[in-house]
This record gives sequence, C-alpha cells and structure tokens, in this order.
Amino acid sequence: MTGPGNQSQSKLVRWIDHRLPIFTFMQHELHDYPTPRNLSYWWNFGSLAGIMLVIMIVTGIFLAMQYTPYSPLAFDSVERIMRDVNYGWLMRYIHMNGASFFFMVVYIHIFRGLYYGSYKEPRELLWMLGVVILLLMMATAFMGYVLPWGQMSFWGATVITNLFSAIPVVGHAIVAWLWGGFAVANPTLNRFYSLHYLLPFVIVGVVVLHLVALHQHGSNNPLGIDRKGPQDSIPFHPYYTIKDMFGLSVLLIVYALFVFYMPNALGDTQNYVQANPLQTPPEIVPEWYFLPFYAILRSVPDILFIPAKLAGVLCLFGAIGVLFVLPWLDTSRVRSARFRPVYKWVFWLLVADVVALGICGAHRPEGWYITTGRIATLYYFIHFIVLLPVIGWLERPLPLPTSISAAVTRKGGAALAGAAPSMEKH
Amino acid sequence: MRAPVLAAAGLALAALAAAPALAQEQPSIPTQSWSFDGPFGTFDRAAAQRGFQVYEEVCSRCHSMNLLHYRDLEGIGYDGAQIAAIAANHQVTDGPNDQGQMYQRPGRPSDAFVAPFPNEQAARVALNGALPPDLSLIIKARADSSLTKDIGGGADYVDALLQGFKEPPAGMTMAANMNYNEYFPGNQIAMPQPLHGDDVQYGDGTKATLPQEAHDVATFLAWASEPMMEERKRTGAKVLIFLLAMAGVLYAAKRQIWADVH
Repeated sequence: MTGPGNQSQSKLVRWIDHRLPIFTFMQHELHDYPTPRNLSYWWNFGSLAGIMLVIMIVTGIFLAMQYTPYSPLAFDSVERIMRDVNYGWLMRYIHMNGASFFFMVVYIHIFRGLYYGSYKEPRELLWMLGVVILLLMMATAFMGYVLPWGQMSFWGATVITNLFSAIPVVGHAIVAWLWGGFAVANPTLNRFYSLHYLLPFVIVGVVVLHLVALHQHGSNNPLGIDRKGPQDSIPFHPYYTIKDMFGLSVLLIVYALFVFYMPNALGDTQNYVQANPLQTPPEIVPEWYFLPFYAILRSVPDILFIPAKLAGVLCLFGAIGVLFVLPWLDTSRVRSARFRPVYKWVFWLLVADVVALGICGAHRPEGWYITTGRIATLYYFIHFIVLLPVIGWLERPLPLPTSISAAVTRKGGAALAGAAPSMEKH
Repeated sequence: MRAPVLAAAGLALAALAAAPALAQEQPSIPTQSWSFDGPFGTFDRAAAQRGFQVYEEVCSRCHSMNLLHYRDLEGIGYDGAQIAAIAANHQVTDGPNDQGQMYQRPGRPSDAFVAPFPNEQAARVALNGALPPDLSLIIKARADSSLTKDIGGGADYVDALLQGFKEPPAGMTMAANMNYNEYFPGNQIAMPQPLHGDDVQYGDGTKATLPQEAHDVATFLAWASEPMMEERKRTGAKVLIFLLAMAGVLYAAKRQIWADVH
C-alpha cells in the first residue's frame, strides 16, 4: 500500500475501501500516523510488548492442542510435548520463557512511562488501560504457571488463592469457590486452564483500547512537550516501523539465548517434580516477575486491628491500585524527568526500591530481609503518595525547549545541547 | 542516566542469581565439566550407555523412569536391534486380550521403561516406607538456578550425591533406616549407598570405579531429563546466526531511512 485505500490503483481495494474503510484506516494509523521525531529506543518497548503478546498466544494455542488439563495427566502431558511432539520442546520453551520476556518488556515500558511522565494529561486513560493490562497479565501468568502441575505450580496456586481467605467473614467461602472444592485440585486446574486461554484475548481487547487512546493524542516523547506542528513529527512508516523491527531483532537475540541455551534458568527446578499435595517444597517462591509484589505481601506486619495477612493482601493490591491514580498523585505539570531535577533522582530511587523488593521476595523473610522488605515496601508507597505530590509543588523544573524540532535537529540543537543529552542520538 | 540503568540491571541480576538455597551447612557441590556443557555440548554416547547399564543393573531395582520409552535409547546411540533386545529383556503387562485377560509379553521398543513397582504402596512396603523418586527428570528437578549451567547443575548434584555416603559424624542421631549423605539436604537419606565401585562390568573395558559409575549415571540421567538438548543447541546456533544477520541488515536499513531526519 503506497497511497490511501480510496485512491489505490487497485479497483478491488477501492471497492472494498468504499464499503469497509480498512485500507484508509491502516493508512492513517500505521502509515501516516504522525509520531514525534525524537522518540528514543525506550519507546520500542510498547510495540515489543504487543509482539510478545502475539508470540504467547500463538505458541499457547499450539501447546493447548497437546496439553491435558486433568490433574493426574497434566504433568506427563507437558513432558510428552517436550519429548514426543515435533518441536514441542521449542513451543514450550518459547512460551515458558516468553512469560519472563513479556514481563521484562512491559516493566521497562512502565518505567519509561514513569520517567517521561507519559501518564499525564491528556494520557491518563491510556495509562490506566495499561495498568488494567498489567493486572490481566499477572492473572494470566499466574494461572498459566499452574498448568504444568509441578510442585511449584500446585503450592504457588495454594498460597496465592489462599490470599483471598484474608477477606473478613466471607474469605474462606470465596477461596472454596475459587478452588471448586476444599483444596487446589482438578477443578481448580480445569478452570485455570479455561481462564488462561480466555484472558489473553481479553488482553488483546484492552490493548486495542490502549492503542485507540494512544492514537488520540499520539506518543509522548523524551522531552515531554507537545508537538507544535508538522516539523515536530515524522510518519510512523517507514521511520518507526524500521526502528521497531530493529529493536525486535535485538530482543529476539536475547530471547533466543534463553530459549536455546538456558531455557530453565528463569524457572524453578521444583516445577520438574510432579505436584504432591502431601509434600510442601522447602521454599515456595513465585517467578521472578512477581517477586517485588511477593515481598510486599510478606513484609507487612499487623497494622492496628488489621491482621498481617489481610494487611499484606491490601498492600499487594494497593501497590497496583496506586498506579491507577498516579496521574492525579503527580502534581507536576512537566512530563519528562529530564527537566525535573529532583524527580529524576526519586525515579531512580524507585527503581532501586523495586529491585530491592525483588531481592527480598527471593529470600526467606528472615533477619535482614524482613527489615529491608519493610522499609522498601514503605518507601514504595511513600514515593507515590507523599513524594510525587510534594515534589510536584516544590520542585523548580528546568526551562522547557520551545519545540521538539528545535531541540533535536542539528540546526536547533546547538542552542539546547545541554537539554538533549546523548540518549537522543539515534 | 546510563550508569544508574546499569547499576539497576546489575542489582536485578544479582537478585536472580541469589536463588534460594535448599539447605544450609552442606559442603558445596563440586562443579564438574560435562560433555553436554556449553553451547556446543553433546552427550557423551559411551558414558551415557555405560550410565544406562548402571541404571539397568542397579538403579532400576528401585527407581522408575516413567517418561522414557525404549525407543528413546536411539538418542544415546543404540541401534534398532540393540533397542529391541533391551526391550525384550523386560516383561510388560499388556491386555486385555480377547479372553478379557491381562497378560505378560516381552517388551517392544515402543513400550515405556518398565517400572520396578506397580504402584507407590508396593514400593513403600518393600523399602521400609520410602518412595524412590522417578528418575526421568531428576537432573532438571535438582539443577541449581545458575544462569549459565543449563542442566549441568543437576548432574553435579547427582554425581556428588552418589559419592557422598559417609559414616554419620559423631554425635549425630540418625532416624531409623536412614543413611548419612553429606550432599543430601538434611543429610539423612532413605536410600542406602547404591554404588560402591565394580557394581557392573562395563562392556567397553572402562574400569567401573565409583567416580566413573557416578559420572556415567549422571550423564545418562542428564540425557534422560533433556533428550532434546542437542537438537535445541543446534537449532539455537542456526536461529542466532539468522537473527544476528537480520539485526545487522535492519540496523543498516534503519540508518539509511533515518539519514534525512537528523
């Protein structure tokens, strides 16, 4: 497609486009779509997340053709995929490691949004839809991890579903309802399988909304200032299609290193032992991408009259919930951290804080790890609830460039060299 | 901005590497070099076949390998006739026949490895209440979580465990029917020392010392837990060569296309 659908050379294309403007739509949203000219490689991670979603769905569909969601057979059926199904090992290792890479990409995407203030007016709903996607991803990943029916599948499912028993009065009834019985068992496996197949398509739906919201105002950019005219934009195709393709090839190289040379490095060895309800593994640890949340859950002590378990669950959900209201917690009108001398540091403190939480989540809550976990949990909430509003009021942002093109092109760049550091060089 | 990024990435990697330890106060497991280590590693066929012989003659008296079929042995270099002979050594319960009866017949290559006990209870009653784990995946189920060791970590562990039987230290009270092993978590293992050296007569003339037997069994079990490893690494090399070339071409194209924007 080189021209808009309704002016196409092809009579067939014109005929279709007149009745169903799919070609015009693609022309507008994928080809002409005006995009800031200064997006850095941190902006690749949105499209990478979309591609990871597709990879997960495609490999997942093939795995589902061979998998048996019945508790006495599930573990062996996964091993059958590994051993006897043509390229089954490849599908499974791509899917298994894909979960890690999907989260890695999405976490970078989220932190990019945090650094450059991509959640601010007018992109609040775009951001909130992203948080919905994150929640759905977490639910999908958790249920998918249960399907191989290894020891960590079973005990992870037991621990996480038991969280709901912290709800006063109705908690235990809710847990029995989730399980479909009085313990994690075959009914639980069946419904998790069903939902694990359903939720990715719900994610696709929310991703479509996410994209509609994105294309309403277009991408934010490293300077965080609005586009003032056509000189600030370039068409999405070919500039960002080729840049996204290159970024994808780099991601695939790292991904392939894991799939082909260390496919089990990110997983738990205990999941190669079949689920045994009578034997608790020495440690019950979630996959790495849940570790910060797991640390928050385990760090919280009794708070006044709230028992530790309930408080932990509330903080766990609060850690995501606070992201929903983030656009209104950050009171600064300047988007990009580049022009926010104080927030820039606080941002990196948050990154370090989340990493620290992850480390605490990987270890037994003993001694040093309890203290660190509690401080890191407290700081996580202080960052969003206290620091962001206060810094927004007190901070004196640096002067913003007059326009994107003035700041990033060679002509305009000299005057603002200080404001456009090396990250922008393509 | 780059330095903090690297620092955060380093911290994150440290968190990943610091995997939860299984047990405390154990001597660390000696790291060995295995034929299947590294990006081009393959299973040493001779060692794996010797290991299979040890499994057949010693381990299989108690341990099942339910995920393997005799036909899989092609993967460690046995040919069709050898596999048929190995399978025929085992009696398989088949049926029902047209009289409605189950019956015994010699094994075929398509059969799964015959298990020593018909069920868990039969194993426990014969073995002082202990249940020997199925060995099909034991290497992957015991591998440490180091980023680069792939399945080698589990082989290190099994190799060490087989040689780790000792007299319990003075003052340690052992539970009934338990044996001291310095590498087993908690040090008390229900399995009595299975290999002592010279437990089998190797056909290829290799001397069956304890370290040799342990090494061979670990090699065989490593293959059993990840029989597709060689194909995986071979495919990986092709995929990576393709991806690197593709990344190079795309980078050049990207430079070309963006040349007029800067």
